[in-house]
Amino acid sequence: MPSLKEYRTRITSVKSTRKITSAMKMVAASKLKRAQEAAESSQPYAKAMAGIVSRVAAGVHGDGGPKLLVGTGSSQRHLLVVCSSDRGLCGGFNGNLVRFARNEIRRLHAEGKQVEMICVGRKARDVLKREFSSLITDTITGLGTRGRLAFADALKVSDLILEKFNRGDFDVCSLVYNQFGSVLVQRPSTQQLIPFVVAANQNAAAGSAPYSFEPAEDVILAELLPKNISVQVFRALLDSAAGEQAARMTAMDNATRNAGDMIKNLTVKYNRARQAYITKELIEIISGAEAV
Amino acid sequence: MTNTFNFELVSPEQKLISEEAYHVTIPGEEGDVGVRAGHMALVMSVRPGVVEVIRSEGGAKEKIFIAGGFADVSQTNCTILAEEAVPVSKLNHDKLTAELNHITENLSLSDSDLEKISLNRKLIVVSAMLDALKG
Repeated sequence: MPSLKEYRTRITSVKSTRKITSAMKMVAASKLKRAQEAAESSQPYAKAMAGIVSRVAAGVHGDGGPKLLVGTGSSQRHLLVVCSSDRGLCGGFNGNLVRFARNEIRRLHAEGKQVEMICVGRKARDVLKREFSSLITDTITGLGTRGRLAFADALKVSDLILEKFNRGDFDVCSLVYNQFGSVLVQRPSTQQLIPFVVAANQNAAAGSAPYSFEPAEDVILAELLPKNISVQVFRALLDSAAGEQAARMTAMDNATRNAGDMIKNLTVKYNRARQAYITKELIEIISGAEAV
Repeated sequence: MTNTFNFELVSPEQKLISEEAYHVTIPGEEGDVGVRAGHMALVMSVRPGVVEVIRSEGGAKEKIFIAGGFADVSQTNCTILAEEAVPVSKLNHDKLTAELNHITENLSLSDSDLEKISLNRKLIVVSAMLDALKG
């Protein structure tokens, strides 16, 4: 049985841990609010962009479209862009994502495809490189300044993707990221970037008005598609950033609660030990007195 | 029919302007386009340059610099997707010149393709900003 002093030190150390976790929870909560706002305010642009792309894409017929739209004609080589966080202490946020990415890679391998990876964020790289170090071609870390993501950060990622695509390094590109469901739910999911997938409902809306284009459709498209990729990457990064803060907040909340439970348990044990010690001393005194 | 239409200017990070406008001049890739209510449906790409907004008939011109993007015009709406937008009055000639020199210097030093792409993009934007100040 540990001594009274040991109990006391453990209680103090758990108490100070609880202080740290509860502070981290507060910080994550306020960062989450900011991240959510950022994600929300990027919506109008993404929406308008999606509208334009589908309108323009609807005007391009046949196989004549740019490769970003129609693909390279093969789906042999895949590029996965795995977006994780740079920091840990956010519960299962990165773990779930990595597991998801691993399954995705195994699935593609089983289908006989080749896979390459770009890791965004340190955490995914750290784990994935143990198993798939030969597949990781690039790593991008330290995005965002003081926790605030700018569009330029997304450009860093999308420029890299486009450069590789133009070199002909891959046929299909997908984003793997944590979709922000709610504060409690972040769903690892994939989104295909190249070739561009026109959503069904956007297609229907596209046919409504005759549009003219300046310059011609294919020229606009050639400019629009790379930009659209940046926007999609930006949206995914913002989603992932909001998810990270939400996951950290939940994890820290749990940790704080656990620390509270632990302190309660330890205090009970400490009191019991203290009483036992007092009783023991009393017994010693009494039996000593009786012996005289 | 009213003689104004709904004008929106959005950047990836936020919605910058959403209001009624009477006349908007957009610096299109193939020349400037003036938009008024009832304009034909048009999708165009926009070069880095100055957007002029007149909110009501006979009103004052408001000049906003945008760093390129796209515009989506319909009968009642005009949406400009800009990567970056700054009111022309907030641009500073000296600062921009300094930045331009800085970028040119970096460009001559850089040896990676990726860096060159992003520097070139900045170069175009900054020189367009300087042009906007002259005009």
